[in-house]
Amino acid sequence: MTHRPRPNKLRRFVARVPFMLGVGLLIFYLLFPFYWAIVSSLKTSNQLFQTPISYLPVTPQWGTYLSIFTTQPFGRFMLNSLLVAGGTTLLSLLFGVFAAYAIGRFQFRGRLPIYYTMLAVTMFPSISVLGGLFVLIRSLGLYDTIPGLIFTYMLFTLPFTIWILTSFVREIPMELEEAAFIDGATPTQTLFKVLLPMIAPGMVTAGLLAFIQAWNEFLFALTFTVNENSRTVPVAIALFSGTSSFELPWNQIMAASVVVTLPLLILVLIFQHRIVAGLTAGAVKG
Amino acid sequence: MGGIRFQPSSDLTGSRAQREVAVQQSTDIKPVPRVRRFSLAAWRARTAWLFLAPSLLILVLVAAYPLFRTFQLSLFDVSILKFPLQPTWVGFDNYVALFTDPRWWRSVWNTVNFTFFSVFFETVLGLIIALIVHSEFRGRGLVRTAMLVPWAIPGVVSSQMWRWMFNDVYGVINDLLMKLRIITAPVAWLAEPAFVMPAIIAIDVWKTTPFMALILLAGLQGIPKELYEAARVDGASPVQQFWRITWPLLRPSLLVALIFRTLDALRVFDMIYIVAGSQVETISMSIYARQQLISFGSLGYGSAVATGIFLILAMYITAYLVALKVEVK
Repeated sequence: MTHRPRPNKLRRFVARVPFMLGVGLLIFYLLFPFYWAIVSSLKTSNQLFQTPISYLPVTPQWGTYLSIFTTQPFGRFMLNSLLVAGGTTLLSLLFGVFAAYAIGRFQFRGRLPIYYTMLAVTMFPSISVLGGLFVLIRSLGLYDTIPGLIFTYMLFTLPFTIWILTSFVREIPMELEEAAFIDGATPTQTLFKVLLPMIAPGMVTAGLLAFIQAWNEFLFALTFTVNENSRTVPVAIALFSGTSSFELPWNQIMAASVVVTLPLLILVLIFQHRIVAGLTAGAVKG
Repeated sequence: MGGIRFQPSSDLTGSRAQREVAVQQSTDIKPVPRVRRFSLAAWRARTAWLFLAPSLLILVLVAAYPLFRTFQLSLFDVSILKFPLQPTWVGFDNYVALFTDPRWWRSVWNTVNFTFFSVFFETVLGLIIALIVHSEFRGRGLVRTAMLVPWAIPGVVSSQMWRWMFNDVYGVINDLLMKLRIITAPVAWLAEPAFVMPAIIAIDVWKTTPFMALILLAGLQGIPKELYEAARVDGASPVQQFWRITWPLLRPSLLVALIFRTLDALRVFDMIYIVAGSQVETISMSIYARQQLISFGSLGYGSAVATGIFLILAMYITAYLVALKVEVK
């Protein structure tokens, strides 16, 4: 930039105004819907259905947040979601790390076909297995259970986890593993003592993405459960949509929405760099 | 479970001692047992299969077998309500019916329509956002963080949030648009057939553009800065720099992002289901398949629909791969 004559400060500032306006508009666009959910959750039913619309919560009604737990077993739904997402994440990581180690580090016939099959499974339309999976979990006695959901969620979390972890395993220098081998470590010991500490960031990334996917999943949860005892939060929020859209308790729906979204947002804010790295690695390396 | 061909022989699934025995056996059989590298390679291959076994078993159970089962069931007339199933063989009757089913073709058209417009707007908007965030300015970190918010919000939740915002009388969108004098009277976004699909596309664009922008941003950051410096020295304008440097080097990430988004959009379920249910104006392929399979309980015909979706996606992926190959050549 040094070879150009510098415009004076004021002109530079003026030139940047449209740009900064664009940035402001962008932030508004990205964040306003969530802001609106919070504002709506803090209104009473009367305030919700009032014109002109007020853009601030006039008298914040925190009671709405209590009411979603008392008018229905929302705590139970949260627990179910937590169990399903947590179980799916842990199992995906456990099986995924072995598979990723095998694909990333071992030479054997069929390695690449397996790797590409895994890729293909992530692109798979889950609707095309819905019927077959329904029959399968019915006959296994897993219909309408939390283990049943965990089991079916492996369809999309496991290949994705293996994929991310494989790319991390490949980046570890071979020498470390060779040293462990010379010291007489078994492959399992090498995996857990040498590789695992080094792919820990990859585990966090893959685990977070698997957790978010499982936490947000709707189609399987809607199809493979009927009871409140196994209902997850997305289904509960979808089922708020009752008889007609005029009677919907929008403040409760928004309160429930904020409650399920906040844990995710906190996770995302803490781990944002890892998540971005995982998302882009997953997509760019494809 | 005859489908699991990949598993190592069962004597390898045991403890380490067993495995060593197996290794020894395998070296005994080999014609040149003295060559240590050879047996090591074989042993490592076995270990690899052993490590892969649990994942492969799970994927056979949740992916391969149900997919096969869906194909199989599509050749039968069978109800989902009676267990154990009582299938009646009908051959390709379900496919004949599918081919002449106007509701199915309507759902295909709706899905293609949704996919085309949402992916188009997501790409254009995502590129603009990526270019903005790629430049240096104060508050850049804030924008990057804000971009993750729509992505992290569950699809069901964002659908409900926007459904409320689109409310015709009390919705904030009508209010804002009227304050900005873009419209003069409230619009019934979700009741008017002409507006439902655009409204749903708007929700998807909001939710997914950040993902697109993040991938494109990663692509932008991979372009060496020296190229721009060299171009500036040669007197290239910013517009020339974009078309001569940014665009060609960004194309690979753009293509990858496009195929992933398109595949995702072709599978759309949550958003349309929450906002519009299974009404014919907006029903997507996935919603139609689920309606046939679960709500109407016709496992046979529903499986034919699901197979139809599978074939359409497979055709799309093949076309994409062929196009990519042509491009590489």
